[in-house]
Amino acid sequence: MKSIRWLMVLPFVGMLGGIPFVNKVEPYVFGMPLLLFWLVAWVIATSVIMAIVYRFDPAVKEDEQT
Amino acid sequence: MNAALVIIFAFLLLSLYLGLQARKGKDMNLEQWTVGGRGFGTMFVFLLMAGEIYTTFTFLGGSGWAYGKGGPTFYIIAYGCLAYVLSYWMMPNVWKYAKEHRLMSQSDFFARKYDSPMLGVLVALVGVVALIPYLVLQLKGLGIIVSQASYGTISPTAAIWIGVLAVTIYVMISGIHGSAWTAVVKDIMILVVAVFLGIYLPFHYYGGIQPMFEAVEQAKPGFLALPDKGMSVSWFISTVLLTALGFYMWPHTFGSIYSAKSANVFRKNAIVLPIYQLILLFVFFVGFTAILQVPGLEGSDADLALLKLSVKTFDPWVVGLIGAAGLLTAMVPGSMILMTASTLLVKNVYQVFAPSATDEQVAKLAKYLVPVIALVSLYVTFRGGDTIVALLLMGYSLVTQLFPSFLFSLWKQNFVTKQGAFAGILAGVATVAYITLSGSSVGTLFPSLPQAVQDLNVGIVALIINMVVTVVVSWIPFHTVSTNERKQVM
Repeated sequence: MKSIRWLMVLPFVGMLGGIPFVNKVEPYVFGMPLLLFWLVAWVIATSVIMAIVYRFDPAVKEDEQT
Repeated sequence: MNAALVIIFAFLLLSLYLGLQARKGKDMNLEQWTVGGRGFGTMFVFLLMAGEIYTTFTFLGGSGWAYGKGGPTFYIIAYGCLAYVLSYWMMPNVWKYAKEHRLMSQSDFFARKYDSPMLGVLVALVGVVALIPYLVLQLKGLGIIVSQASYGTISPTAAIWIGVLAVTIYVMISGIHGSAWTAVVKDIMILVVAVFLGIYLPFHYYGGIQPMFEAVEQAKPGFLALPDKGMSVSWFISTVLLTALGFYMWPHTFGSIYSAKSANVFRKNAIVLPIYQLILLFVFFVGFTAILQVPGLEGSDADLALLKLSVKTFDPWVVGLIGAAGLLTAMVPGSMILMTASTLLVKNVYQVFAPSATDEQVAKLAKYLVPVIALVSLYVTFRGGDTIVALLLMGYSLVTQLFPSFLFSLWKQNFVTKQGAFAGILAGVATVAYITLSGSSVGTLFPSLPQAVQDLNVGIVALIINMVVTVVVSWIPFHTVSTNERKQVM
């Protein structure tokens, strides 16, 4: 299940790859300019992704036992 | 003496008291002084790592850049987030290796991995050279904060001297324990102050956060997005990548890895830290609010935006609390930098050339070097110069030059030799020095390239040169075997 770590590539590709398409002020989303909202949404998504990786990463269990 | 000044001094004394108390019950040998006896849990490591986010760079520089640059400021949110993702994979490996070999500094890691004390010397010198502008920006920020928050009663020069004196005392006595305990107070303060200011000020002046953005957009169309030239999309992406790679290459951040008591500490932190740094949003909101409320701050004066607006809006006691929070954001990272720089110079430079020095002598010398480094930083600070963010970006360009050799060292089949690592770092640092001193950009170096390429962060050029030199020199036979082959033989 170590392949779960490949999920960590997502924030790099998703956050940075989308910037050319969201480099606008309007529409405002949750009161923020679109570009800022995009980055904030990805920061939150990154935390969720890291929690999923932590949950299924076998290295976590191995390190707890040593 | 006004209320603001009383509050600022009360917090200064509190941090000094906590810094000194942290020593109690511990035999302060070099391992305790630098890496806390490798016994810090998730909370302390979290605070030391988060200390990297909430320095004067973010408190003043973040709001200052929001005020002066607009959209490009958002890179600050992106790079920390991606650096934490990298940390999930890198930090446990570094921690295990450091624990196994009882390493105490970043240079130890490179020297041991490449079996080359001289590479350790080079890494230590690069680290110290990069740390000086980082310490200078903390001191510069400290001077601005205390001077502004005391309504000019204390000059920036006096404020910097007082701050440096306090930090030097508790670093010499308590080392990293002092930094960790002061970090607890600092993070509580900065959380409360940043969230309060970021919500109260936009509502007070504009009736909400979206109305604030709309007012800024009306006054400066397009200011909240990335421009077509200069700090454009390609600048943004390259800067985010460059700073994310360099994030853990700072010697004091790298060193704080060693203080953890288990590898899972970093994995847990990688979940929480991205969310935690969203507090920066509130700092940005303050900068955006200030655009129309305290107009006319040009150049490095933009760093004053948060404090000018606070002084204009609040009673002195509130300004005192804001000033105290700002003071702590300078003192905690400042103490980590001082301690790290002195450890690097003594353990990884002096001891290489004086191998007969005992551990006790090394520990003593490291402590006595703290005030010397503080004085050098004071000299550089008083010579004036750039904005806070510009200083940090220069330091980042330098420490990022350590990343290629670091990355290769984590590979199971590392083909890079110590000569390759040495030459690569040297080439990268020389490129950064040339670029910084000549004020070059990719655009001035290669004016015929497309605009998107011209806008790339110039640090990327140094990183590419570094990588190429590292690989090419590693292919040259120096009658030595590669790092990996050597390990298999041993």
